[in-house]
Amino acid sequence: MAGAGTLSAAPAARGGLPPLLRRLLQVVPVLFGIATLNFLILQLAPGDVVDVLAGEAGAATPETMAALRQSFGLDQPVWLQYLRYLGQLASLDLGHSYRLNLPVRALILTRLPPTLLLMVSALLLAIVLGSLAGILAARQVGGWLDTLLSGVTLLSYAVPTFWLGLMAIVLFSARLGWLPSGGMLTIGASHDGLALLQDLAAHLVLPAVTLSTFYLAVYARLVRSAMLELHGADFIRTARAKGAGEWRITLHHAFRNALLPMVTMAGYQAASLLSGAVLVETVFSWPGLGRLAYEAIRTRDLNLLLGILFFSSILVVIVNIAIDGVYRLVDPRVAPRARRA
Amino acid sequence: MNRRDLMLAGLGLAALPDLALAQGHAHATAAGTPVRGGTARIVVAEPPILTSAFITTMNIGMVSSKILEGLVSYDLELKPVPALAESWDTAEDGLSVTFNLRRNVRWHDGRPFGSADVRFTLLEVWKKLHPFGRAVFANVTAVETPDDHTVTIRLSAPAPYLFNYINTYGAQILPRHVYEGTDVLQNPANTAPIGTGPFRFKEWVRGSHVALERNADYWQPGKPYLDGVLFRFIPDPVARTVALEAGEIDVTIGSLVPVTSLRRFSDAAKYTINTDDGRFLASIFLAQINVRRPYVSDRRVRQALSHAIDRAALVRLVWQGYGKPATGPIPSSVSQYYARGNPQGFDPKRAEALLDEAGFKRGADGKRFRINLVSGSGDSLESNRAGEFIKQSLARIGVELELIIEDSAAYLRRVYTEADYDIMTSSLHKLPDPTLGVQRLYWTKNIVRGAPWTNGSGYSNPELDRIMEAAAAEGDAAKRRALVTRWQAIVQEDAPILDLVELTWTTVSTARFRKDRPQGDGMFAGLEDAWLALAR
Repeated sequence: MAGAGTLSAAPAARGGLPPLLRRLLQVVPVLFGIATLNFLILQLAPGDVVDVLAGEAGAATPETMAALRQSFGLDQPVWLQYLRYLGQLASLDLGHSYRLNLPVRALILTRLPPTLLLMVSALLLAIVLGSLAGILAARQVGGWLDTLLSGVTLLSYAVPTFWLGLMAIVLFSARLGWLPSGGMLTIGASHDGLALLQDLAAHLVLPAVTLSTFYLAVYARLVRSAMLELHGADFIRTARAKGAGEWRITLHHAFRNALLPMVTMAGYQAASLLSGAVLVETVFSWPGLGRLAYEAIRTRDLNLLLGILFFSSILVVIVNIAIDGVYRLVDPRVAPRARRA
Repeated sequence: MNRRDLMLAGLGLAALPDLALAQGHAHATAAGTPVRGGTARIVVAEPPILTSAFITTMNIGMVSSKILEGLVSYDLELKPVPALAESWDTAEDGLSVTFNLRRNVRWHDGRPFGSADVRFTLLEVWKKLHPFGRAVFANVTAVETPDDHTVTIRLSAPAPYLFNYINTYGAQILPRHVYEGTDVLQNPANTAPIGTGPFRFKEWVRGSHVALERNADYWQPGKPYLDGVLFRFIPDPVARTVALEAGEIDVTIGSLVPVTSLRRFSDAAKYTINTDDGRFLASIFLAQINVRRPYVSDRRVRQALSHAIDRAALVRLVWQGYGKPATGPIPSSVSQYYARGNPQGFDPKRAEALLDEAGFKRGADGKRFRINLVSGSGDSLESNRAGEFIKQSLARIGVELELIIEDSAAYLRRVYTEADYDIMTSSLHKLPDPTLGVQRLYWTKNIVRGAPWTNGSGYSNPELDRIMEAAAAEGDAAKRRALVTRWQAIVQEDAPILDLVELTWTTVSTARFRKDRPQGDGMFAGLEDAWLALAR
């Protein structure tokens, strides 16, 4: 995506509009491109939702199948379906799920909060624990803690997420009985207030930790190496000469500088969490968007799938804009005005 | 068709479980006095809707059967047991059937249930929209309702098979006052059903659960025992297994626990494994051959393929003993029509001789020819393992097999629309009567391009067509049996389909979960007779 300060921006836009609005306008063609790609790629999958419906029904006559295709508009040429789809998008109507017989927007909105909760928890866990591990490891390079943390991060980097999730269920639910093996809330318990939060937290721990492991390892390594690079830097030496404490140097001077690559990675992670969520949601029967997407692919529920993909791309674009904002907060040198100067 | 999600590809074949132990308590009836209260937590795959009246998806039936009912249910011998019909009578000429309906039955919204509901559902839903109902009720010319509790069905020809498909899974009765004058397929009650069953619909949180609550107004006094039923959706097989072990759920139905994990539930003091709940479906795992293709268009080659596969070993190794070697198109549980023995049984020497005779001799590399086998990833884990077993079996007679596994949509398209395959495997329900479940796979008129689960092999035999059509309209039991026996012999000889394994549907539950009345259609039981024993 073009940066905010590129020269190609139209003079009017450069002069008149505030930067955030300008960014949002640039998003429109990006979303258009994504929608087009989504549509075209999905055309390549063999079989359609009517095949699936007829298969599930146990039998069907060619007449009913033809009637279904007609009512879904699947009998029309691809370009016409595409235009209709774009028209729908433009009016922010995501259409109807063929198989579940509900509006796509309603389906997405009920499944989005669990996924967001899971994603944000995993992101926070990965960032906090990853940085902590990185800082601790960097403080005693080659020490026992560093070796231990390197081993653990390497392992969590290498182990497949779904396998880790299954093993966590086997250990914490089946063997120890500490945590529930799946779901988001104890159904029928009708907790409220604090009890509800506790129940939710108990269900959230395993999937959030599982989903966070891969990036936790990435952050730990990033922070560790960034801290080491800064180890002999002038401003660190100056701080030490001024008599600053070791922890103050580590956190205030070194870690703040190590944050930049981490913010970049967090942007990546936010996007990839969506795809990671498919596996984790399946293993932990978490009622989220990822599983809905998987089901939509399996059943060729095109409207639903396109809706989810479109929604996800909006989410990713928003995260990217937010990450740009965070850059400016963390490092003033990144601000557009400063760069131009 | 069995539609289970597969996430776990790495499950290896484990050692044989102690089958004597595992199956020994399958018939154990619930002992003791029923306890009231409690909610049974059952795992199913999430259904798309909650009404079975016009669709045969199994997981819909497993949930909807607690809310909506049929005229009868079936016992272990697949004989009808009264449900909403108290009694029935067939006229001597077989051309009319009368059902006497139960009185004082109310729909969950308080309206009375009566003959008009049955008439409406039969004519407007089963006969028009249900994939098998169209065949079951094809001969129905009129439905008369002399009073609120009597339904008389007039037939153009005898339809003895009708009594095999009128339970809540095959012919579910819908409330006329909710459905009449609406688009049945789009009616909102399809996802929030109003029935006469022991449990009322409470809520459906998509991706999470369906909750049902006790119907205090149920027509069986004092029942149901349970306060409610909770259906949870746990897509991953290992997670399901763990949830059952951890006591988070009470029951898994429809073979949702993989056979390789069943031995973890072999302790009869803690768990019950029921192997009878799916008898009604009479499912067979089979290999269908595309007779339009080179090599396999030759009957001798198809017979050779049949001789090459050791069905007993397949049951033992892949299904861990949960199942039976199939001998023909009709499974042994349909005892009325089952014929013992298969002339095309395991005999590799004969297989090699037949292939030589057909002119496909082994080449310098020991191979004769190469064909493919397609299976759907939506079918069971065992079905994919079975593909590997078949590949090895055929390799021994010099036939090279390429395995193709595709998801449901791609698989159905390839098999039924494009016919671009040599062999396909699937688990198909043969149902208690061959006219309903078996004829469709061999009938020339059912070679329908594009429609799933039709005659996809392309096999056509006018003599067989005549026999099957005669059997369908034959009212005399002995004559009908003779026709079905002949039919069986023909398809065994021509071998367009190799019937391999009679599948066993397992219900695994904690020993606390009890059900008083064993049912051949227990997967689709109303559970009014189910209860949870107090924890010890």
